[in-house]
Amino acid sequence: MPALAVGEQAGAGSAFDPALGWRLHPQVAVRPEPFGALLYHFGTRKLSFLKNRTILAVVESLSEHADVRSALRAAGVEGPQEPSYLHALGVLADSNMLIQKDSQ
Amino acid sequence: MTSVAPVPRLIEQFERGLDAPICLTWELTYACNLACVHCLSSSGKRDPRELSTAECMAIIDELERMQVFYVNIGGGEPTVRPDFWELVDYATAHHVGVKFSTNGVRITPEVATRLAASDYVDVQISLDGATAEVNDAVRGAGSFAMAVRALENLAAAGFEDAKISVVVTRHNIDQLDEFKSLADRYGATLRITRLRPSGRGADVWDELHPTADQQVQLYNWLVAKGERVLTGDSFFHLSGLGAPGALAGLNMCGAGRVVCLIDPVGDVYACPFAIHDRFLAGNVLSDGGFDNVWKNAPLFTELREPQSAGACGSCGHYDSCRGGCMAAKFFTGLPLDGPDPECVQGYGVPALAADRDKPRPSGDHSRGKPVMLTLSARPPAKPCNESPI
Repeated sequence: MPALAVGEQAGAGSAFDPALGWRLHPQVAVRPEPFGALLYHFGTRKLSFLKNRTILAVVESLSEHADVRSALRAAGVEGPQEPSYLHALGVLADSNMLIQKDSQ
Repeated sequence: MTSVAPVPRLIEQFERGLDAPICLTWELTYACNLACVHCLSSSGKRDPRELSTAECMAIIDELERMQVFYVNIGGGEPTVRPDFWELVDYATAHHVGVKFSTNGVRITPEVATRLAASDYVDVQISLDGATAEVNDAVRGAGSFAMAVRALENLAAAGFEDAKISVVVTRHNIDQLDEFKSLADRYGATLRITRLRPSGRGADVWDELHPTADQQVQLYNWLVAKGERVLTGDSFFHLSGLGAPGALAGLNMCGAGRVVCLIDPVGDVYACPFAIHDRFLAGNVLSDGGFDNVWKNAPLFTELREPQSAGACGSCGHYDSCRGGCMAAKFFTGLPLDGPDPECVQGYGVPALAADRDKPRPSGDHSRGKPVMLTLSARPPAKPCNESPI
């Protein structure tokens, strides 16, 4: 399974639960690129890479959805594709790029 | 939706270049209070054509539009510019984070307190020896004390996670553990990078670059203890020493593809180690701004095309090291499509022994010829190595 997001763990890592609502950390900037996007966290000073435009669309729309699975469905990610996207989002949550909606 | 398209390796994406650099180095001045023997930019005297405050701010505006997340500011000694703090504040207010490299000269307790209050500024203190003897031989008398004072001031002000930036040489390679302890003492992170034969480094590289055995020693240290150590991905020429991926980071040359350098007069070079006419892409003032140079400079277009493996094509390790560092080859007079001078397979040794023409430097801002102090012998790693008592 090719990784759709690459990032370094920030240390604090929270358990990623796709049944909850998530959003981008307010200190994260997103720069679209032909291959997907670059994410930069101004607080941890870490970079992450999104490796296609679909995962970018998911990440950018997360905050509009009550939970992760509905964000995936809205972006057209279903069935056998789902695990790699959930994994990618988990990587982003581990590096504090994503946070739970009700935090902060 | 159709199935997910195969995801190409990031490194292949990066080799074709990005819409904006990931990592941009900006040397704000060639003026420096020190005269390190291996200075990449041959710094010393201020260039009278140095960009004005307004010109620097215009570059920052452009970086903000391009979403360059942060700049690595260096020099020279950037903090000696009278508008340095003004420019740092301007950049961070415009969503361009700043990491600046300094020898510590202006990091007073007051400045440290100010720095500790910002989330968007990172400080990197240069140190090339874990002891004054080893450091000052390369960076000049008193420079170790100055750097340590800066680290003390930062720690006392509550500045978290400063970086200690070390260029690895033949003389300090046995001090890696000591550098790590020094970083731990000040709540800092150790960053080690490769000695390049660029700038004045060309004159001292033969004496200072790590030996073949030391390269292996460095590789093993990085694999064993490098997890919390930054390297700027600068040791990718060593990746052929072990399993692919054993060294953290992107093992590729990012010159003109994901990195570049803006110099104090606005000249744009392919990378921080390549300040030479051969790698000059354009100028931000005379070539329509940085964005235009980044996207359209013929040199950058050329660097983003597939590169020939040349003499390295038949080597089984080419996929790991990709021929090593372009600047290291250029400044030692080796062909760009051949082995790195520090090739871990040993192919650099005959290449260095053969006839070669080292390029003449295109610019020199030195105040005079800096002199390297001679160390009596390789310093002992621990006092007990010298004395058995």
